[in-house]
Amino acid sequence: MATWVIASLTWRELVRRKLVVALLALTAIVIGVSGWGFSRVSGLHLGGLPLTQGEIHTAAAQLLLLVMFMFSFVLALTCAFLAAPAIAGELESGVAQGLLARPLRRRELVLGRWLGLSLTIAVYTVCSTTLEFALVGWTTGYWPPQPIAAEAALLVEGLILLTFTLALSTRISAITAGVIAVISFGAMWLGGVAGAFGQVFHNAAITNVGVVTHFLLPTDGLWHAAVYAMEPSSFAASAIRGLNSSFESASGPTAWYLVWVALWMVAALGLALFSFESREA
Amino acid sequence: MAEAATESAAAEAGPGGSSPAWLSTSPAIHVSQLTKRYGQTVALAGLSMSVPRGEVFGFLGPNGAGKTTVVKLLLGLAQPSSGEGLLLGSPLGSLDARRAVGYLPELFRYQGWLKAREVLMLHCRLAQLERSSWPEAIKGALATVGLSDRADDRVAGFSKGMQQRLGLGVALLGKPQLVLLDEPTSALDPVGRHDVREIVRGLRERGVAVFLNSHLLSEVEQVCDRVAVVDHGRVIAAGRLDELLARPQVRVRCTGLEPQAQPQLNAFGVITFDEGWLTVSGIDPGRVPDLVSAIIEAGGRVYAVDPGQQTLEERFLQLIEAA
Repeated sequence: MATWVIASLTWRELVRRKLVVALLALTAIVIGVSGWGFSRVSGLHLGGLPLTQGEIHTAAAQLLLLVMFMFSFVLALTCAFLAAPAIAGELESGVAQGLLARPLRRRELVLGRWLGLSLTIAVYTVCSTTLEFALVGWTTGYWPPQPIAAEAALLVEGLILLTFTLALSTRISAITAGVIAVISFGAMWLGGVAGAFGQVFHNAAITNVGVVTHFLLPTDGLWHAAVYAMEPSSFAASAIRGLNSSFESASGPTAWYLVWVALWMVAALGLALFSFESREA
Repeated sequence: MAEAATESAAAEAGPGGSSPAWLSTSPAIHVSQLTKRYGQTVALAGLSMSVPRGEVFGFLGPNGAGKTTVVKLLLGLAQPSSGEGLLLGSPLGSLDARRAVGYLPELFRYQGWLKAREVLMLHCRLAQLERSSWPEAIKGALATVGLSDRADDRVAGFSKGMQQRLGLGVALLGKPQLVLLDEPTSALDPVGRHDVREIVRGLRERGVAVFLNSHLLSEVEQVCDRVAVVDHGRVIAAGRLDELLARPQVRVRCTGLEPQAQPQLNAFGVITFDEGWLTVSGIDPGRVPDLVSAIIEAGGRVYAVDPGQQTLEERFLQLIEAA
C-alpha cells in the first residue's frame, strides 16, 4: 500500500516537474524529423536508378538501427538522471526524514521509487519505439522482424541501468551516482565494441572483453538483443562472417543470458533495498 | 536523570507485553544507555531518560551537542551503537512507535512541487489515518499553523518560515501522542515563535507529550516542564525547570574590589564578575548580609544588592562552561 503511495508520488513529481511534457515534446520532434527522413528513402536513386524494394528495406533497416541506437543512449541517460536523485536527493534535501518518520518501511520507499520510475520508463519506451516502428513501416514498408522483442530488450536495458543507478543512489550522492551510471554504460558499450574487434581479428582475449562486459552490466548485451530483433536476417548472416558491431548482431540472446539478466535485475534491486535498509537517514 | 516513577512504569513496559493498557501508560519516551558513535566521534554517550506522557520536555544544548542525533535515534532514522529504548511503549524505530508520533525535522523540507494541502494529504496517507478524517485533520492543521489561506499554493513558493509552519502542521496531523520538534522556531519571526509556544501549550493540555529540541533558551524556559542539558553527547544536567534554576543567587553592584579578595568570597558560592556586577550563585540567602560585609572588608564599595534567581540562560552557560 505504502509502496503505491510512493510510486504515485513519483509519477506526480515527474508530471509536475514537467519531465513528462519534455519527453513528449522531444519524442514528437525526433519522430517527426526521422519520419521526414524515412519518407525520403523511397525516392532515393542509386546510379541514376530508383532503389529496389530490397534496397529500400536495407537502407531503412540501417537507418532504423541508427535512430534506435541514439534512442537507447537517450533512454540510458534518462534512466540515470531519473534514478540518481531518487533516493540520494531526498536524503540530501531532508525530505526523506519526514517520510521515514511515518510508519513507512524503508523498502517501501525504495520499491515505490523504483516502481514509479520503471513504469514511467516503460510507457516512454513502448510508446516511442512503437511509434517509430510504425512510422518506418508506413513510410518504407520495412518492419522489424521481432518488434516486441526489440521493445522488450530496449526497455530492460533501460531498467537495468535505472536499477543500478537507484542502488548507487541509496549510498552515494546524486551527482556521483549519475556520473558512475553513465560512465559504466559507456564503458560497457566500449567493451562490446572491443569484443567485436576481437571477433574480427580472432583475438580471444579481446573477444572476451566483450563477453565479460555483457555479463558485468548487461546494457550492451541487451542492445545487441534489440539489434538482432530489429535487423533483417541478411544483417545477421553477414555478422556471422564479419564484424558483430553495434549495428549488427549474429544471433539473439540465449535463454541463459536472459536468465542472467533477470537475476542481475533482482540482485541490483535487492542490493538497493538492503543498502537503504542498513544506512542512516 | 530518569525519574523513579517513570522508570518503574517503563520497566513494566516491554516488547513482550500485549495489553493496550501498558502501551497507553508507558512513558512517551524511555531510553537506557543510548549511545551513538560515528567512528571515533561519540555523538551520544549513554543517554538514559524517561519522558512521561503529557509532559513538555526540553532538550537543550549548544550546536553539535547531539540533540538531533537523539531525535534520529528515537525515530529509527539512525541506529544506536548500543543501548535501547521504547517510544510510546514500542521499540525505537518500529512502525508501531512511529504510528502515533509527529515530527518536525531540523531540516524541514517538503516536496516543493506539491501544494501545502497535498503535503498534508500525503502525510495523512502515510500515517494511515482514516480517509474520512483527512479533511478535518488537514483543515485543523492548516488553521493551527496559520496557513489556511495558502493551502492551495505550491510549497516551492513558501518562505522558510512558512515551510517551518507547514512542517509543524505535518507534525500535528492525526492526533499524535508524542510530538518531536527539532529546533521548531529556527526560521520563525517573533509572532511565529509565540504561535509555537501556544501550540506546545495546547498539546500539553490535550495530554500530548512534546520533546522540544532547542538551543533557544527563552522558548524552552517558557513552555517546558523538565529539561535536560546535553553537551558533547553527555547529559550534564537534568530536572524540573524550577529545580534546575533553584540555585539562589545575588547580584551586587560594587567597585574597588581587588582580585585577591575572590578566594575569600568563594566561600559564599560561585563568583562571576561582569560589567560592575558581582554575581554569587548558590548562596544561602541568610548569608547575603555577610557577603556584603565581606565585600566592604575587602575594600569594595557597594551600590546595589539584587537578590534573585538565575535565568535559564545563565544556568545553561554556567553548565556548559563547567562541562
